[in-house]
Amino acid sequence: MTATDSSLPTLQLTREGRLKHFLTLDGLDQALLTDILDTADSFIEVGERSIKKVPLLRGRTVVNLFFESSTRTRSTFELAAKRLSADVLNLDINTSATSKGETLSDTLLNLEAMASDMFVVRHSQSGAPHFIAETVTPGVAIINAGDGRHAHPTQAMLDMLTIRQHKGQFAGLKVAIVGDILHSRVARSQIRALNTLGVEEVRVIAPATLLPKDVESLGCKVEYDMRHGLRDLDVIIMLRLQRERMEGALLPSEREFYRLYGLNEEKLALADSRCIVMHPGPINRGVEIESAVADGPQSVILNQVTNGIAVRMAVMSMAMSGQVSERVQPGEGAGQ
Amino acid sequence: MKTSAPESLCITGVTLLSGAGIGDQVTSVLIQDGAIAAFGKQAEQATADRVLQAEGCYLSPGFVDLYCNLREPGNGQKGNIASETRAAAKGGFTTVCAAPDSSPINDTGAVTRLIQEVASERSPIRVLPLGATTRGLEGELLSDMAGLTAAGCVAFSNGSLGIRDARVLRRAMAYARTFGYTLMFQPNNRALAADGFAHDGLVTARLGLLGIPEIAETTAVMELLLLAEETGVRLHLSQISTARAVEMVAEAQARGVAVSADVAMHQLVFTEDALSGFDSRFHVIPPLRSENDRQGLLTGLRTGTVSAVVSQHQPHDPAAKRAPLGETAPGLSSVESVLSMGLMLVSDGELTLPELIRALTSGPAGVLGLGVGELRIGVGADLCVFDPAATWVANDTSLQSTGKHGPILGRPLPGVVRYTISQGSVAWQPT
Repeated sequence: MTATDSSLPTLQLTREGRLKHFLTLDGLDQALLTDILDTADSFIEVGERSIKKVPLLRGRTVVNLFFESSTRTRSTFELAAKRLSADVLNLDINTSATSKGETLSDTLLNLEAMASDMFVVRHSQSGAPHFIAETVTPGVAIINAGDGRHAHPTQAMLDMLTIRQHKGQFAGLKVAIVGDILHSRVARSQIRALNTLGVEEVRVIAPATLLPKDVESLGCKVEYDMRHGLRDLDVIIMLRLQRERMEGALLPSEREFYRLYGLNEEKLALADSRCIVMHPGPINRGVEIESAVADGPQSVILNQVTNGIAVRMAVMSMAMSGQVSERVQPGEGAGQ
Repeated sequence: MKTSAPESLCITGVTLLSGAGIGDQVTSVLIQDGAIAAFGKQAEQATADRVLQAEGCYLSPGFVDLYCNLREPGNGQKGNIASETRAAAKGGFTTVCAAPDSSPINDTGAVTRLIQEVASERSPIRVLPLGATTRGLEGELLSDMAGLTAAGCVAFSNGSLGIRDARVLRRAMAYARTFGYTLMFQPNNRALAADGFAHDGLVTARLGLLGIPEIAETTAVMELLLLAEETGVRLHLSQISTARAVEMVAEAQARGVAVSADVAMHQLVFTEDALSGFDSRFHVIPPLRSENDRQGLLTGLRTGTVSAVVSQHQPHDPAAKRAPLGETAPGLSSVESVLSMGLMLVSDGELTLPELIRALTSGPAGVLGLGVGELRIGVGADLCVFDPAATWVANDTSLQSTGKHGPILGRPLPGVVRYTISQGSVAWQPT
């Protein structure tokens, strides 16, 4: 028996199937993901101009609401919003309100009073952006900038854009994600995106302690042996390993992890010769990836960063226009 | 519970229903001096102070809840004895066991007596306190079990916390066994459960929620069963959630271990899927598990391995549930919806009506040795009269509990309790 009436797909889409929030890739179809990639492609050109602005969010206020610290993600969201001509407010709630005991609901009420149009949310709890989308006043778009272990959909989409730029298409690709899948919101969103966009095979390569139970149900194959898992690969995505994983008895040591699951040139040679290497960053050189690989010819790690701005511009402009289309629509269901 | 001058009642137009079966004719029941006095024509011919017409209704023994959070003393924003027993009476319950994790915790006779005093003034039904097995539920020092029993505790629980230290657990069992007390434990290995709040499985894999693995329950069940077997204590496993635990209990019962078990009604109706939209209402501990587990629990109920269904009612103030899922408080406000959820299982063919009623009446009564759960002349009139064909909608107004986070809101639910009779008096009727 299903208990819930408000499922994720209906929450983030308008009745016409357009984005109005961007919370997760679950429930978004291939056409919509392709639309995001195409829109992002069109914004890449904006970044190459001397005047890097388009007026799509002129007069709109975007609040970067980061309950967890982040430098890169927040700055690319900020740049994306500014290139769309929005006014941007950065709030590190991490260090302000919640440490004084204010609840998330109360923080939101205060921010709504500032008449914001969009919240870009990062939070340590899985589902926090979903909670905010259900709680805020209709008309405010919520963009998930990473929630707990759940999802990091803009990161996954910028990765998809990078793959498309280098491989042309998704059909027939074999992709592996290596490392700490268990704690990774990036991996969950990537697996979903890769499946929706129709790659041939997604592999996850990790020891059993770093894999969620029932991970195959997400649409991937498990490989414990990295050398075996790398054969014929077109794309390798390395994940960042957090130091605290040693303390929870999930791993014996960084050294052993690097020996078994780190990517070096010798292991990379086992993949297809045109295989690209990706990493959501920030990278731990010598923990999950060797410098020679991170900086080598097959690495596209810096392309990912550039694409991050374009993808975030795409998602922000699409969600805002979805919200506007609901606002102008009369009728009982608008803004639900 | 409130005591008033006993009036005689005649309930007409009902079909008798108990764990033993469904009556084959429409009849009437006479209640005098707090007990069932007559059935059928004899009841109708007697002069009763009040006639309750209940055409189309079933009359069953009143329901017994082995685990219900009344939130008093100490948590008035979440509920109190008056509000939560009114909710329970509306749900057809005539006896509720009050969980020990009030504030202060029910680990002294003074708290037990306080609960009973408040209940005697404000509760329309019987409230039976459960004592804390260890002081402060901390799992270190035994509470005064004999003193608590003298004050009115009917069994001992350690709330949702369990006892981590196996040596303390073993001694608690040996001590309880000395005096024939029943220990009720929610099996949960806290090291394995860690900070989890959802079943470790398909939904946690997808949503990245912190999981509680099945083995957090089964390893705890194994430890409890072995220790109970060795000490000879009367053990009751509260709110088991896995198919494997049901199998383990059945094996232990077969080799003569004095163990019984219950399951929360929501575990029989919902699965891990209920969390797929991050709905904080379905943050419950133990978590809603897989469909396979749900099926195993239903099988356990049908075979009698699991003898009782409980509400595990945990009312909360709205703020406790209004946060990202992992930051919310666990528990459903469920006591008013237990019968309706059970009738949904019956209409889906997953339980028979007598199986459902047995699990709500004679089953739990048997765990505590209470002489209720039967319909015959001379037994105390704790009764539930419900209309299986009528529907109601749970919402902020209809729910009597302070907790408005019911399991199924805003759509028609089958089964309306017309009258709850507690010790011969009307404890609930629609206004």
